[in-house]
Amino acid sequence: MSSLRWAVADGWTMTRRDLAHWVRQPAPVVVSLLFPILLVLMFGYLLGGAIAVPGGGDYREFLLPGMFVMTMGFGVEGTMLAVTTDASRGVTDRFRSIPMAPSAVVVGRCGADMLNSALVLVVMAACGLAVGWRPHGGLGATLAAFGLLLLLRFAFLWVGIFLGLAVANPGAVTLVQVLVWPISFLSNIFVAPDTMPSWLGAIATWNPLSVTAAATRELYGSPGAAAGWLGVAVVWPLLLVAVFFPLSVRAFRRLSR
Amino acid sequence: MAVLVDRLRKRFGDKIALDGFDLHVPAGTVCGLLGPNGAGKTTLVRILSTLLTCDGGRAEVAGFDVATRAMQVRRRIGLVGQHAAVDEVLSGRQNLELFGRLYHLSAAAARARATELLDRFGLADTGNKAVKQYSGGMRRRLDLAAGMILAPEVLFLDEPTTGLDPRGRNEVWAAVRSLVADGTTVLLTTQYLDEADQLADQIAVIDAGRVIAGGSPAQLKSRIGGDRIEVVVHDAGDLGPAAELLHKIAAVEPEKDVDLRRLSAPVRDRVAALTETVRALDAAGVPVEDIALRRPTLDDVFLTLTDGKVSA
Repeated sequence: MSSLRWAVADGWTMTRRDLAHWVRQPAPVVVSLLFPILLVLMFGYLLGGAIAVPGGGDYREFLLPGMFVMTMGFGVEGTMLAVTTDASRGVTDRFRSIPMAPSAVVVGRCGADMLNSALVLVVMAACGLAVGWRPHGGLGATLAAFGLLLLLRFAFLWVGIFLGLAVANPGAVTLVQVLVWPISFLSNIFVAPDTMPSWLGAIATWNPLSVTAAATRELYGSPGAAAGWLGVAVVWPLLLVAVFFPLSVRAFRRLSR
Repeated sequence: MAVLVDRLRKRFGDKIALDGFDLHVPAGTVCGLLGPNGAGKTTLVRILSTLLTCDGGRAEVAGFDVATRAMQVRRRIGLVGQHAAVDEVLSGRQNLELFGRLYHLSAAAARARATELLDRFGLADTGNKAVKQYSGGMRRRLDLAAGMILAPEVLFLDEPTTGLDPRGRNEVWAAVRSLVADGTTVLLTTQYLDEADQLADQIAVIDAGRVIAGGSPAQLKSRIGGDRIEVVVHDAGDLGPAAELLHKIAAVEPEKDVDLRRLSAPVRDRVAALTETVRALDAAGVPVEDIALRRPTLDDVFLTLTDGKVSA
């Protein structure tokens, strides 16, 4: 019992460490909030006029759920950067030499990143409301949609932790920052996959980003929504967790080899 | 024994880092591990501080096996590694309070301990600045403070002054001495011979994953022949007669360096040898440029030991 209590307490201490970073060094958090807004403005107002929404409708109403998903995808690099920075500076070693709950390093990361992503979603939703996006489903459907987005972020958390531990080189974060773009474009975030060559369209349709975007569009009642993706939008993130959680645990253990 | 290492082995792939390493460090003493890069110093410290597992042998720290009782060991050690492993964004005080909380001190106790440690390590004025703005010496002192939140029984210092300027080095040395005065056992790795000489009671010279020599700094120095007298004559032509005089005083043939016009011989009674030499040279009318007694440095010890190993 008491070891579980310490695991929670230590995890919260580690989360508070990140919250203290936000206060002392707000620039990265502010950028993580403003950059998606910039993208909404660019795609909504500069490019969006030339993009047809599948089945017709307002492009910004179509775009916003996709942008919510994309900001969850940006989380991978945030998590990875935090993990590699601690590992390369020896801070992770210090934590490992302290008689704290070993899980706290990861629990703290999880708490801080999920809070950050929830904050990003609040800001993005406000931005969406300002540019004409509306949730047309009920309150329950709307909350469920945000729940799916956070579930996807939780899956990406483990991808980020694994990459951060396995690569252990802050320079490699740049590679992930670059890769986020083609992976995001190979999805239904900006355009319908059936406008792509059929084999690419098939990959784009099953991209986990697309699956969550399709499911949340359905829940928000957005234009261009396709029915039937809710189940897949739960399974895909769980599958990612099932793969990357054990890989992360293994990478953490390998630190002592 | 605060630290007991018994035939410890560790390899990384093909590379053998520790090859049957033995070490005994009595409680309350400072042990210096002296060796070149890649000798296995850091690997040993990482195993003893529970960060790495070993492949064979056994190690105990503060009476607990590092492999099977890691949590007990972690409660009793402090680790100060080669990087200043502190959070750069947070202030010094925030770092110490964070680590205090992770050592399961209450919020009030963590705050009090942070204040105490900032004072003790001369960081009271800069405690609220971000660590990013600290000098190298300040960071290292903060790192030391973070390593002793719980007043550890055993403190591991892995090259604590690497990359510091002389002032930063003196600051860290002073901090280490004050810990030792409180009874902490210290295991210190270093490449700097004067650092081991300054701080350590016992020195283990290590090379290629083994201890190749051990003892107090004085014992190690005496292994290469104790003090020496050195005479530099003014004219190379005087080297022969001067060598004969020195031979009589030291009772062994002096080493001769013709280029530097220098003679050197081991002596037992330092002062007597010096006076006798001065008198003898003066009486013989040999003009002398320099005459001095030299204590062997640990550099001499290290070079002698490793050279011996290479040629063997």
